[in-house]
Amino acid sequence: MLARPDLDAGVAVWDDYLHLRDNPAGETQDLWQHEAGCGAWLVVTRDTVSHEISGVKLAADVKRTMGAVS
Amino acid sequence: MRIAGKGLVDRNRRVRFSFDGISYDGFAGDTVASALLANGVTLMGRSFKYHRPRGVLSAGSEEPNALITVGKGAGAEPNVRATQAEIYDGLVAKSQNAWPSLDFDVMAVNDLAAPFLGAGFYYKTFMWPKKFWEAIYEPVIRKAAGLGALSGKANEDAYEKAFAFCDLLVIGAGPAGLMAALVAGRAGADVILADEDCLMGGRLNAESGAVGHQSGAGWAASVVAELAAMENVRLMSRTTVAGAYDGRMYGALERVNQHTSRRSGGAPLECFWRIAAKHSILAAGAIERPVAFQNNDRPGIMTAGAVRAYLNRWGVSPGKRVAVFGNNDDAHRTARDLVKAGVHVVALIDSRAGAVIEGFDGQVFKGAQVCNSGGRKALESITVRVASGEEEALQVDCLAMSGGWNPSVHLTCHMNGRPTWREDLQAFVPTEGAVPDMTVAGACNGVFSTAGCLADGVAAGKAALKALGKWAVEVDVLAAEDAAYRMEPLWAVAGKGRAWLDFQNDVSVKDIKQAAVENFMSVEHMKRYTTQGMATDQGKSSNVAALAILADATGRGIPETGTTTFRPPYVPVAIAAMGAGGQGHGFAPERLTTSHKRSVEMGAPMIEAGLWYRPSYFPKAGEATWRESCDREVGYVRKSVGVCDVSTLGKIDIQGPDAAKLLDFVYTNMFSTLKVGRVRYGLMLREDGHVMDDGTCARLDEQHYVMTTTTAAAGNVMRHLEFVTQCLHPEWQVAFTSVTEQWAQFAIAGPKARELLNGLLDKAIDGESWPFMACGAVSIGGVQGRLFRISFSGEHAYELAVPARYGVALFDALVTRAEALGGGPYGMEALNVLRIEKGFITHAEIEGRATAFDIGMERMISTKKDCVGKVMAARKGLVNQERPQLVGFKPVDADAELSGGAHLFERGADAVRVNHQGHISSVAYSPALERMIGLGFLSRGPERMGEVVRMVDHMRGLDTEVEVCNPVFLDPEGERVRG
Repeated sequence: MLARPDLDAGVAVWDDYLHLRDNPAGETQDLWQHEAGCGAWLVVTRDTVSHEISGVKLAADVKRTMGAVS
Repeated sequence: MRIAGKGLVDRNRRVRFSFDGISYDGFAGDTVASALLANGVTLMGRSFKYHRPRGVLSAGSEEPNALITVGKGAGAEPNVRATQAEIYDGLVAKSQNAWPSLDFDVMAVNDLAAPFLGAGFYYKTFMWPKKFWEAIYEPVIRKAAGLGALSGKANEDAYEKAFAFCDLLVIGAGPAGLMAALVAGRAGADVILADEDCLMGGRLNAESGAVGHQSGAGWAASVVAELAAMENVRLMSRTTVAGAYDGRMYGALERVNQHTSRRSGGAPLECFWRIAAKHSILAAGAIERPVAFQNNDRPGIMTAGAVRAYLNRWGVSPGKRVAVFGNNDDAHRTARDLVKAGVHVVALIDSRAGAVIEGFDGQVFKGAQVCNSGGRKALESITVRVASGEEEALQVDCLAMSGGWNPSVHLTCHMNGRPTWREDLQAFVPTEGAVPDMTVAGACNGVFSTAGCLADGVAAGKAALKALGKWAVEVDVLAAEDAAYRMEPLWAVAGKGRAWLDFQNDVSVKDIKQAAVENFMSVEHMKRYTTQGMATDQGKSSNVAALAILADATGRGIPETGTTTFRPPYVPVAIAAMGAGGQGHGFAPERLTTSHKRSVEMGAPMIEAGLWYRPSYFPKAGEATWRESCDREVGYVRKSVGVCDVSTLGKIDIQGPDAAKLLDFVYTNMFSTLKVGRVRYGLMLREDGHVMDDGTCARLDEQHYVMTTTTAAAGNVMRHLEFVTQCLHPEWQVAFTSVTEQWAQFAIAGPKARELLNGLLDKAIDGESWPFMACGAVSIGGVQGRLFRISFSGEHAYELAVPARYGVALFDALVTRAEALGGGPYGMEALNVLRIEKGFITHAEIEGRATAFDIGMERMISTKKDCVGKVMAARKGLVNQERPQLVGFKPVDADAELSGGAHLFERGADAVRVNHQGHISSVAYSPALERMIGLGFLSRGPERMGEVVRMVDHMRGLDTEVEVCNPVFLDPEGERVRG
């Protein structure tokens, strides 16, 4: 969700960005928002089997380190 | 029958209560079950399906039979387990599921019809005709087969929710739990010890064995006293930990005030706890299982452990002539304890031919089984099939039976864990690591001797301390009973007739076998087909036996057969407790505008808009219907001037060098080109190309905008802006915040709007200084406000905003001035009419599926820039002419009614789904057009102006011809708004 395609990336790329999600049994990453609090968007790493949360980063920091300014 | 000198009840405190209208005496410390047994009452309920007479089976929360209703009227609580309900003076208890009385229940006729009501009878009998299901079968079945009923009145009892945090949660205060808590408590850990009983000690209170030099109960009391004195230990009795959840969270139900007659004065009846524990120890004990034999459900037949509990804890013998029947050594204790207490034990029957029986001199049958019982509503005799196969009748009034013990593994399965089969115990035990950071100890871990439990509790306490990084202090383990648990499996006694497994749902051995024959061989299928384990007790005492019988019937072993899934809650939890505080005003927050009180004073009915409350209309004397008020208010705006509180619209203050960039990106149209002091209408899409919201956005300064959202979407838009600026463009220098509640904002609309303002504003305005879509700072009586010349009615209109603390003063001034000019306040109904007459959309139109194309605004998607939703909005399917598109509708017959949600069809076409061409989204009565008008979506709509189509509302029975027209019904050139 952080890597928004360019305008001319084509429908297939946009379709993938918008609609297609992996659903692994195991570690996965979600975007969560601290909605009732500071409003921060978070990249949460969690396990879909054990429900264990193993990592949280500010989405803004993750996006910055991706370096891509689309 | 009360036994002198036995038990832990307070014989100096008599307690008087009633059961089915008859008064009984008991002692402080009694439960309803123990007090009734002491009074010789064994019949306590009727079974669910066959209405068979039933008495207590157990002495704890697993009780399937003795369910009673406690209390009267709105506060009556059904399905309370008599084995847990503590008596108090004035307690009123009633039996359930019997009519006209417990003693004579006409529905017991079901029992005679039993051959037709076996496993799966619902599915077989009530299949057809289909219509009969809802109309006849279901209501009748529900009435006939039920447990306690609710009063149907709102419960006025107080309930609470609460949170607790600890290092260690110990679940269960038997020998293992007490030792674990003691070890952790002495080491200084923050401990919560929760036990569902009112008296901590677990089986120690029910057994006669000693711990060290004290009685088991005495030792438990001394440990509880030591724990109670520790500041780092919190004791929670009457608290059932009912669920284990993610993140080391536990749900627990505390029966705070259920044991007293006080129903007011602060303390809630129950409290639902969420306990966050770094570590937990499950010491939930074990549940004894009955043996299935013909008529094993007669009142007077109960588990051997329950008989010991009634005797040792409550000083009650459930019978005068008792037989004991079991497949294990543990059952022998019941015979020994009874003899010691002076109760006549008729016989000890052990199904094992090689059983070694010590300390009991009475009649013994080895290798024998009880195969039937006699009597009517109470046990009178049992039939014993001795080793040789002959049958012998014994006159008894109580049978203590034991099929062995099942560790209470339930909580370890709440997070998908599966228990492990132990062949030696013929039982499931918890699988290690099933719940993160939970240690299992004592009987629920398969350790059945008291000494073993004490030692296992110490080990669990130490393991927990190690996990918590704390040092353990050595604790002495005292000597206690350490007998081996010897048993041989015995699930069901062979024979004809019905041998009961699930007492609460009336499931017999035959039903399980029938399910297997009909190929319901998976345990989950068997469960649903027979309803085994699906009653309020969740099959606590019957599930394992049912599995064993299914395993046998299908030729598989028990481990391969597996178990059904144990889910929370472990015991029934009242919704009132879980949702405490959520009734009435507690259900949702209420957002009120600054003019709220004034509107209510003017008699305006308030309508919910999200969490906000807005006035529907302001009735005047002589007006009989809301329409009259609404039409009058519309007239204010069209002819003079109306005032409306629009503070509920979302207002987002956006500032920074990149503010314009953000707006260009989230709106389809350009905002970087907007001049300072001007307002522009903007359309926002979701990334998938559908419309998210619309509204105006004002540029107050080069780097300062105020965005307006619809009332309903304010939260969504805020979240969206946060997503864009954090996840997509964190490099942009822009900040924003919601100022919805900081500004009170009022619409002043109508030909006399400017006249109203001039005289109120410190400096008068004119058409040149404030043209249409102008905005800026103004001063009202020295207060700095903002004025926007925007209109949602198509009239010459403004919105005036002041800091919220001046809101009500401004509203009063505006209303007074409007009334002086022949106008007044208007509410949501008039606002809706005004906007529909002008074809302005709301979320009735942009309901999540509409595209910019559908609402005729695709040209608002700028070609000069990127914006959210731009790419996907251009998908072929979203710009297809066949799509229903926004148009207006007028009924051909001026008196005809239109309705929102009605479907549109071609004239003459059948009103069926395949012919569907669109729908009506909003309707109103237009005083200007003197008829109802509507907005809606019609396939190829804009090409079909003037065409007559068919509007059908199947639900309201409307079938009307309507003419397709321009959605702007009034002043399509927009001259008034600029005037």
